[in-house]
Amino acid sequence: MGEDRKQLSPELKEQLRKAFNEEWRKELRKSIPAKERMKMSRQDMPQREPDVRNKDFKEVNQGLTKEAAVKEAMRCLDCANPQCVRGCPVGIDIPSFIKLIEKGEFSESARKIKETNSLPAVCGRVCPQETQCEELCNLKKATGVPVAIGNLERFVSDYEREGGKVHVPEISVSTGRKVAVIGSGPGGLTVAGELARKGHKVTVFEALHVPGGVLVYGIPEFRLPNDILNAEVDYLRKLGVEFRMNFVVGMTMTIEDLRKEGYDAFYIGTGAGLPNFMGIPGENLIGIYSANEYLTRVNLMRANQFPKYDTPVFLGKKAVVLGGGNVAMDSVRTAQRLGAEEATIVYRRSRKEMPARAEEVHHAEEEGIKFHFLTNPIRYFSDENNRVKAMECIQMELGEPDSSGRRRPIPIEGSEFIMEVDLVVVSIGNSPNPLIGKVTPGLKIGKWGNVEVDWNTMATSLDGVYAGGDIVRGGATVILAMGDARVAAREMHKYLSA
Amino acid sequence: MAKIIDRKRLVPNIHMIEISAPDIVKRCKPGQFVILMPDEKGERIPLSLADWDEKRGSITCVFMVVGTSTQKLSRLRSGDDIPVCVGPLGKPAEISKFGTVLCAAGCYGIGAIYPIARALKQAGNTVMTLVDAKANYLIYWEDRFKEISDKYFVSSRDGFFDCKDYIPKVLKDVLKDNKIDRVISIGCTYLMYTCSEATRPLNIDTYVHLNPIMVDGTGMCGACRLKVGDSTQFACVDGPEFDGHLVDWNELFYRRKSYFNDEIRSLCYWEREEKPRKMTKEKR
Ligand SMILES: Cc1cc2nc3c(=O)[nH]c(=O)nc-3n(C[C@H](O)[C@H](O)[C@H](O)COP(=O)(O)OP(=O)(O)OC[C@H]3O[C@@H](n4cnc5c(N)ncnc54)[C@H](O)[C@@H]3O)c2cc1C
Ligand SMILES: Cc1cc2nc3c(=O)[nH]c(=O)nc-3n(C[C@H](O)[C@H](O)[C@H](O)COP(=O)(O)OP(=O)(O)OC[C@H]3O[C@@H](n4cnc5c(N)ncnc54)[C@H](O)[C@@H]3O)c2cc1C
Ligand code: SF4
Ligand code: SF4
Ligand code: FES
Repeated sequence: MGEDRKQLSPELKEQLRKAFNEEWRKELRKSIPAKERMKMSRQDMPQREPDVRNKDFKEVNQGLTKEAAVKEAMRCLDCANPQCVRGCPVGIDIPSFIKLIEKGEFSESARKIKETNSLPAVCGRVCPQETQCEELCNLKKATGVPVAIGNLERFVSDYEREGGKVHVPEISVSTGRKVAVIGSGPGGLTVAGELARKGHKVTVFEALHVPGGVLVYGIPEFRLPNDILNAEVDYLRKLGVEFRMNFVVGMTMTIEDLRKEGYDAFYIGTGAGLPNFMGIPGENLIGIYSANEYLTRVNLMRANQFPKYDTPVFLGKKAVVLGGGNVAMDSVRTAQRLGAEEATIVYRRSRKEMPARAEEVHHAEEEGIKFHFLTNPIRYFSDENNRVKAMECIQMELGEPDSSGRRRPIPIEGSEFIMEVDLVVVSIGNSPNPLIGKVTPGLKIGKWGNVEVDWNTMATSLDGVYAGGDIVRGGATVILAMGDARVAAREMHKYLSA
Repeated sequence: MAKIIDRKRLVPNIHMIEISAPDIVKRCKPGQFVILMPDEKGERIPLSLADWDEKRGSITCVFMVVGTSTQKLSRLRSGDDIPVCVGPLGKPAEISKFGTVLCAAGCYGIGAIYPIARALKQAGNTVMTLVDAKANYLIYWEDRFKEISDKYFVSSRDGFFDCKDYIPKVLKDVLKDNKIDRVISIGCTYLMYTCSEATRPLNIDTYVHLNPIMVDGTGMCGACRLKVGDSTQFACVDGPEFDGHLVDWNELFYRRKSYFNDEIRSLCYWEREEKPRKMTKEKR
């Protein structure tokens, strides 16, 4: 499966070796001895002050300056055997793009990344680098502090975008084949870009009124400003991709209907849009949201600007978010920004098991978020208007590791206690969106509600229909969705050319 | 973007709106709904499909003006655009041959129940319609209903009945005089609730079309979740049609009221800041 740390493919190895042996690389390597490079300290990401930024929705990280980016690039040892690449799910040629930064060729560097990753400005911001590329970085082994690969990736793609010189690649001559991409998340956008470049006519169908999937309705602007995504969508439009918003495939039309309209191949990238609830007493009380609803109200519908925008959202004074992932961090930091006096994470395991990106947890702490570890809610209490006013919790301890490898939390009898709350955001994960499966005869669905695929090709059980991202994996990551999308696009191109 | 073909007032406070929706019209079924956004800053609100016309490529909704979104909708003119009109959403109403079906509706529900009544008639049922309004002059589409109903009843409160006892009183009479196999009720929550309570002792299957607050309308957010029987259901994908005898009405009443103060604030803000200053004369 895609998650496994693969050995690099022979082609990629060969490509890396070739780049490694280019003259300019050799010279650059020699210009500063590795020992010197290892002494340099990692360039900090400039950030806005915690007690300023926790009151608005502007981006927290400000991006490296040119000078800092070049200095950071110098730290990279340009290894003969770059382990970092193995940690990147899409196999970016990391040393090449970093060395281009060291040389000051930022646009070239951006182009290098785009050979394999079409959304670098997004990944540079939201990839869990510390468990991917940066975890395997040889400099980490040597000094404990890896090269800031994500920050550099962000730097070059921002540089390219802000300079307004986004490179539009040549588009192959039209093949006359039509492709329907269902869902405009990072996976769908990637497939659209890849296949449009190959000359196919691509239409993206999206249920909501703004493209981007979780990147717009889920991840808040203080982590990923909308402009970045808009630029990406504009770029796809330039490639000739058509966007049909407000179109729910399965309801407005089915895949079969679209086939009759002349679409030859399909990519299902509908994501993990089904919010999980805990099923405990009182969970339907007013003031208890799924993270999807809470974040959608704020990010997509702009409830933070209510009443200028019409959609309201509850402003909790004592806000509690259940969960320990990125979604939970985004929700709790949103609650804080909307004026909560206390915004608290309640998580059933300990800090170590939290799946959120390290940087997000760190930022949340700086911003004054409170954490209740080893705690789980068991029921809610309401006021006379059916609004949540308190939550009974139980303390947990960690037992043996479960199937996910994390230690299983076990309730401690008699440790129940009551917490006062007036806003709860349930953020314990999402399941694959069930709609397409229900209305598409012959589409094989797995036991978690996921669309089943052949992992080598991302082909589903239906001819010409491919799938990837969260609809296949359950809630995963942006880069995994894009990795799937690239495989699917490659195979779809083969299918369309046959 | 979707084009408004026509918008007109049917009776005070209730309007119908015809929207160009060539894709939706091909697939919509009785009992389904669409989600609209009246303008770029608007809320996504659900409206039931009250009619559609494949030749014109259009759908029609009937709505009651209650707050900001419906105020905004009520000012649209033919040729205007709205940014969002998505659907058809929700499960269609169950249509088959039940025998005699009573369709009981009030306010916007009179429009919303119409395609269901029509389809039930086409499916070979005896269809009876009971329409409720505060006063006779608030009743619309009488001709349409008479055309498809075997019997047509009205409950209105201009002097005939006690206010507290509106539709259920007439409903009970109708049930006494006729053998009814199934009741379908659409309208404000209170109306659907009272209809369900009226049929409960008689054990007549009663289906209602629930109207909790929604956001996406595709099962993604859970805003519309409700307790029905022993389980929590998402009204936008599991419904909106549910067994009225199993609905947790108390929960629904509170859920619908949950943003009450915000809704007033929103309307005040809009009237103060954004409502077009110049009072143009209403077209109709
Ligand atoms: C709040 C939040 C924070 C996150 N933070 C991170 C992070 O920091 N790093 C990271 O790597 N990952 C993060 N993730 C996870 C990441 O966003 C997802 O794994 C990724 O977006 C999945 O991409 P996708 O292409 O599969 O689909 P999605 O992004 O889920 O997009 C699916 C799209 O399909 C549309 N759709 C669904 N059904 C239909 C239909 N029937 N017809 C038409 N359109 C349809 C949806 O409306 C949606 O726009 C986060 C997720 C959330 C919710
Ligand atoms: C499946 C379904 C079908 C519906 N069909 C119709 C219809 O055909 N005609 C009609 O007039 N009304 C219908 N409604 C109700 C309609 O959606 C609300 O009246 C409308 O959203 C009010 O918006 P507003 O901004 O004008 O009022 P607001 O001031 O926002 O609210 C007034 C009332 O409307 C309800 N409401 C507010 N926002 C929403 C929302 N996003 N979704 C649902 N209810 C909300 C609230 O409970 C409140 O009591 C339907 C609701 C559902 C769920
Ligand atoms: S895409 Fe993600 S994993 Fe790959 S190099 Fe960039 S930040 Fe690292
Ligand atoms: S492993 Fe680290 S030091 Fe080596 S090439 Fe990759 S980023 Fe540079
Ligand atoms: S409206 Fe979001 S799940 Fe029903």
